[in-house]
Amino acid sequence: MAKITLSKLRHSYYPNPKGPEDFALRDIDLDWRDGGAYALLGPSGCGKSTLLNIISGLLMPTEGRILFDDKDVTAHSPVERNIAQVFQFPVIYDTMTVYDNLAFPLRNRQMDEVMVKSRVHEIAEMLEVDDMLSKRAAGLSPDNKQKISMGRGLVRKDVNVVMFDEPLTVIDPHLKWKLRSKLKELHQKVRATMIYVTHDQTEALTFADQVVVMQDGDIVQIGTPVELFERPTHTFVGHFIGSPGMNLLPCEIRGGGAYFNDARIALEGPLISGGRGKNQVGIRPEFVSFGKKGLEARVKKVADVGRHYVVEAIIGDTSINAIVEQDAPEQGEKVHLNFAQSHTRVYRDGWIATQLPEAGR
Amino acid sequence: MKPSYQKAWFFVLPVLVLVAFNALIPMMTVVNYSVQETFGNNLFFWQGVDWFEKLLNSDRFHAALGRQFLFTGIILAIEIPLGVAIALAMPRKGVWVSVCLVLMALPMLIPWNVVGAMWNIFTLPDIGLLGYFLNHVLGVDYNMTQSPLAAWMTIVAMDVWHWTSLVVLLSYAGLVSIPDAYYQAAKIDGASNWAVFRYIQLPKMKRVLTIAILLRFMDSFNIYTEIFVLTGGGPGNSTTLLSIDLVKIALGQFDLGPAAAMSLIYFAITLLVSWLFYTLMMRNET
Repeated sequence: MAKITLSKLRHSYYPNPKGPEDFALRDIDLDWRDGGAYALLGPSGCGKSTLLNIISGLLMPTEGRILFDDKDVTAHSPVERNIAQVFQFPVIYDTMTVYDNLAFPLRNRQMDEVMVKSRVHEIAEMLEVDDMLSKRAAGLSPDNKQKISMGRGLVRKDVNVVMFDEPLTVIDPHLKWKLRSKLKELHQKVRATMIYVTHDQTEALTFADQVVVMQDGDIVQIGTPVELFERPTHTFVGHFIGSPGMNLLPCEIRGGGAYFNDARIALEGPLISGGRGKNQVGIRPEFVSFGKKGLEARVKKVADVGRHYVVEAIIGDTSINAIVEQDAPEQGEKVHLNFAQSHTRVYRDGWIATQLPEAGR
Repeated sequence: MKPSYQKAWFFVLPVLVLVAFNALIPMMTVVNYSVQETFGNNLFFWQGVDWFEKLLNSDRFHAALGRQFLFTGIILAIEIPLGVAIALAMPRKGVWVSVCLVLMALPMLIPWNVVGAMWNIFTLPDIGLLGYFLNHVLGVDYNMTQSPLAAWMTIVAMDVWHWTSLVVLLSYAGLVSIPDAYYQAAKIDGASNWAVFRYIQLPKMKRVLTIAILLRFMDSFNIYTEIFVLTGGGPGNSTTLLSIDLVKIALGQFDLGPAAAMSLIYFAITLLVSWLFYTLMMRNET
């Protein structure tokens, strides 16, 4: 196990990259703590699989270095790096039994058969596949196949990092949840560094201690699930995480205050000065409430999603979502919207432009 | 109630007619001939299973059948491993892919009798490129019309040249259909090249290889034109394979009854071996 450092990584799939648009990864500087559970979250094509393949050594970065415990491994092969990776589609060796599949990485490393046996049984028990060890792997269901793939990753005791590349894509929804909690449990047992790549926020937020959000080859925010939810530092994070995502209202900045439709919006803290670009007020639907006073809006749609109501209200041509537990207004009704001040921020060109009150002092 | 569309039969009819005329009716004619004796003039005499009995006890038939199995065995033993090896060595992406594919497909596009004629000229001892080279440069005594060994080596080389491509193309198709993740996983699992071949590539190629072996078995077992043009079955009877012997009996000696019986046995052997092989290969498939 090791701490993993990515230093000034850039990667392009073109032989002679010119502009930033040629790069799949633009400038990645990142530390992965030893034993941490990380999720790499982002939409398809944001570069997360590229980053993963660079860490595992399947891809050589165009620029930058990868360090395992401060040792440069950029030029090392996957075998030398001693890592494990689980792919989107389960990879199993069809002609082998489940036992031989799990034993394969160990046997390739010339491990003693007695040790192999104990290790395979240990992992099989952990994954609850010990009753199918003598079966041919080809005949298994997709979720069991994926378990075997995971098992091959975990069977080696000394792996530096275990990486999962959207491993639940082909799994039935009702089994997804089970496998996800199994993974979390495994992480607590084996304490290996784990990196979980996904575009599904639920998967990322339930699995990880730290979530790394990526967009267009850049890291936009790193934080705990709570931090990402409570204080997204980029509109992309606000929009990508949450259901529905953060509301964004066009606003004007005048004399240190933000105005939407000529109404001053109370913010969490002072504005960061400087920088030009489009200003937007961002607030999550969870922090929008209805009151006697406040911004006047008309209710366009009310959706009952079970646990709560999602109310879509409209001011001018800007729509604002609000989440309320009960007493949802009727469609077409006139309402007054209130924003929780501590969760109302200004974003300038996408990036957060308000400071927390303590920091501003 | 489930609606039934009796009209659908009309759509199947053309195919039925086609199959009847190109397979069933000729086949029944052969069956008809195989149990009778004829001397022309549309005179037929009932013979029963006599022809079959005679044929199955004839040394000539045994010899031809033996040569046939030997030929098919040799070319399969060469073409399958060679084809797989070439497919493994071919590039998977880039401009060279199409170049390789076209080069590989070329021999298969040449008509059979032309292949026979080409190799015939190629191997002529004094003016053929190969024949001249072997006799006059290397000093090997090579003459296909005199030495059975030379004739055999030539027909084998010709078939390998003509048909290895088929195995290559099928294996290649099997290879490129393997997702990258398998190779990546194997790399991470620390698998050797041999292990990658044995546990990933070979199992994934199993279906196409089964088809390749079946096709090559059937084609080589029924081979006629190329060998007829190249050696005519000689020297002596040394390259008289089943089909060549069959034509000799049917058209050379005009023994239609025995030839028909031989056709049926020939067909039955091809069918039986193909069926056995396919069933054995597929018994573990789900």
